[in-house]
Amino acid sequence: MSAGPVRASRSFAQRLVQGDQVAHAVTFVAAASILLITTLLVIVLWDNSVLPRAKFGLSFFAGKIWDPVNEVFGAAPFVYGTLVTSALALLIGVPLGLGAAIFLAELAPPKISDGLTFVIELLAAVPSVIYGLLGIFVVVPFVRTTLAPPLMHSLGAVPKIGFLFKGPCYGVSFLAAGIVLAIMILPFIVSVSREVLLAVPTDQREAALALGSTRWESTWKVVVPFALPGVLGSVFLAMARALGETMAVTMVVGNVPEIRTSLLAPGYSIAAVIANEFTEATGDVYVQALIELGLVLFLVTFILNGLARLLILFTSRRGGAP
Amino acid sequence: MSGWAGAAYGRFRKVNSYVWLGMTAVCAILVVGVLFFILGYLVWNGGSDVNLNFFTQLPKPVGETGGGMANAIVGSIKLLLLASLIGIPIGVVGGIYMAEFGGRFSAFIIQYTADLLNGVPSIVIGLFTYSLIVIRMKHFSTLAGGFALGIMMVPITLRSTEQFLRSVPVTLREGAMALGASKWRTIVSVVVPAAYRGILTAILLALARVAGETAPLLFTALNNRYWSPGWNQPTASLPVVVYTYAISPYDDWHRQAWAAGLVLLGMVLLTNIIARAVLSRGISAPR
Amino acid sequence: MNAALGAVRKPVPPAASAARPDPLVGLKPRLEVRNLNFFYGAKHALFDISLTVPINRVTALIGPSGCGKSTLLRTLNRMHETVKSSRLEGQILLDGENVLDQDVTRLRRRVGMVFQRPNPFPKSIFDNIAYGLRVNGYRGSISEAVEKSLRRAALWEEVKDALHKSAYALSGGQQQRLCIARALAVDPEVLLLDEPCSALDPISTAKIEELLFGLKEICTMVIVTHNMQQAARSSDLTAFMLEGHLVEFQTTEQLFTTPSDPRTEAYITGRFG
Repeated sequence: MSAGPVRASRSFAQRLVQGDQVAHAVTFVAAASILLITTLLVIVLWDNSVLPRAKFGLSFFAGKIWDPVNEVFGAAPFVYGTLVTSALALLIGVPLGLGAAIFLAELAPPKISDGLTFVIELLAAVPSVIYGLLGIFVVVPFVRTTLAPPLMHSLGAVPKIGFLFKGPCYGVSFLAAGIVLAIMILPFIVSVSREVLLAVPTDQREAALALGSTRWESTWKVVVPFALPGVLGSVFLAMARALGETMAVTMVVGNVPEIRTSLLAPGYSIAAVIANEFTEATGDVYVQALIELGLVLFLVTFILNGLARLLILFTSRRGGAP
Repeated sequence: MSGWAGAAYGRFRKVNSYVWLGMTAVCAILVVGVLFFILGYLVWNGGSDVNLNFFTQLPKPVGETGGGMANAIVGSIKLLLLASLIGIPIGVVGGIYMAEFGGRFSAFIIQYTADLLNGVPSIVIGLFTYSLIVIRMKHFSTLAGGFALGIMMVPITLRSTEQFLRSVPVTLREGAMALGASKWRTIVSVVVPAAYRGILTAILLALARVAGETAPLLFTALNNRYWSPGWNQPTASLPVVVYTYAISPYDDWHRQAWAAGLVLLGMVLLTNIIARAVLSRGISAPR
Repeated sequence: MNAALGAVRKPVPPAASAARPDPLVGLKPRLEVRNLNFFYGAKHALFDISLTVPINRVTALIGPSGCGKSTLLRTLNRMHETVKSSRLEGQILLDGENVLDQDVTRLRRRVGMVFQRPNPFPKSIFDNIAYGLRVNGYRGSISEAVEKSLRRAALWEEVKDALHKSAYALSGGQQQRLCIARALAVDPEVLLLDEPCSALDPISTAKIEELLFGLKEICTMVIVTHNMQQAARSSDLTAFMLEGHLVEFQTTEQLFTTPSDPRTEAYITGRFG
């Protein structure tokens, strides 16, 4: 009499626990697939880029000549182009984005701030190829006809920096790519910076104002410095996006694998050359050289994103620091 | 106070403050204006070409006007279907692990890796899929394209599911478990239903994101000027067609690129607006 | 709450000063508040407050939570203007000039503020103090002025070898003294302190009270405190407020030993608050 129900309840409990264990295992496998995918990605890319690594080693990145026909692969023009276009994007995008973020966080009334932020965050959803489309038909002609001539005539004549603005300019250029990239990174900078600015404790602002600061002085000299790690994090995030950006860049940068010092000259970027040449690449070394470039892109964005998240975490912790 | 700057400096500071604060307003207007400019330009240039032909006809040979993008639209739909098959189950089930079963350490590692995988440039995902699948199959295919997009969806759906499940209050879970439900039953019957609206909108957002991706398709699904029945052939897709037409030298193709771009952007933005509106209003969405 | 509070619903007549010696006899006024009414949107928060703060003395504002003492304090340097819906009627005079007509940044240099929780900037100790000097265009030697302020705040000896270190490396009590030094750096005529010790331990509190005593000769101080013993110890005059009204304003000794209003007596004997 006593053994029956107890035995039955024990097996019910056992079944319960086993069900949970199965669920635990199944869901774990799904979650761990992330680790599997990422590791597999690195392994596959590494394995499939073994030829250029063996042939060129690290000088792959120093080599300035990219000549697939003669199997000479130097990635320097792409590294250069990626750096230049990303730097331009940051130079244009960060002040614009930070300015907008300051307005949204400090000046705009909450409803307007939320509404405008909603719209700006939609910019992040615009596909890259659409930015490219507008890049080809709006930005490139704009650079060629409206931006380049005055730049060439004015700044191009100034001694130390004139080389940055030498012609001829056909529109497709580092500058065009930089402009398009700047627009693409704006939502990241605005959104994250606005959040970190809003999180700055009110008594920081009040302390600055109580010392006789103007609104701008308290914002620029106290609030922004307080939020700086987070703002920097947003810049890193933006950089990571800009470096990996493919379609918009390849549609406006000119796709010329040469290192040119003028910002108005056409160039190339790592992502762009992969997109452009991969399907036509013949020969294993060619294909694998492009894959190696992909691996580099992966590593760099990996590091940048990691740093970015650390910085943003640091700022959000700092809110209650002392 | 002799050691201080005079009243003129004070006035300068005040004007300076207004000028700089004014400039921040200009920045905000510019940034917002960009979105409207993009939309407006697309409507202006592509609006007239978005007609029935666009949705129902195949591309015509170069030189002939007319024709449409029916194959690209169907191709995109097929790719998204495949992507969902990979991205949704793995992401949602994995998200359940993270929110319900995961220990601190494993959860942290997977979170971090998911966020990093999310940040990987999509062209690298394309290279990965090429090396893994296309080489083995020895040809481009819809399957490969769907796989690439699916991989991109996994970290997004995983993290979103995790976040929405975590936001379900503990009391709901405790209530169910106090009634004798096992953990798994609690999750399935109580927690997931509570969070499902948020998870659904997050899935929609993920789909909108991969629907616009071009780079990973360039060497997986490639392109196709005709129908591509089944899953083994290369297929056209809306973003790839926009790209191909845009860089071509033909005016007629340019016009079609605008139209395709408008349709693509329209769908993506619409999905985003609806999803975000639902999220911000109804469900508390932890970032 | 006891029956004494039932009377609070009606507007309060000013303290019957005929029956009491004028607390300000022999003292020159620094700040004068005349018929101040303050509103947060539609909510009437301060009712017809009139008060004179004498020069080089410590004036304490006491009262239960929500009585408006911090609100009143913040009007004195127009910090209430950071809240958009706030509205002020009446006059606030600093040395005879209406504070509301002046340029607000100039006013705030003359009337400084120390906050409830220490809030140093994310800068070095030196740069914290120098901030007010630089922003207001100080033309003298900044490092001398920084040293002077730190000495006045009794912090110099403790930090003189570490001026470049982050202000966050200091303890809570030290940070608050840093904030006092920061406020003193611009040579204010009045220093407003909003419960400056409520976030600190007793030892730091004692150090700061000692400090305030020494600062009287260069500065007029108005301190808000919910700690009655602190008010009794440190201040020369005390104003008792209740639900937005000024109930009584006396020399500290008078207010704490022979308060004229029954509500004051109820508060200071601990029957409410």
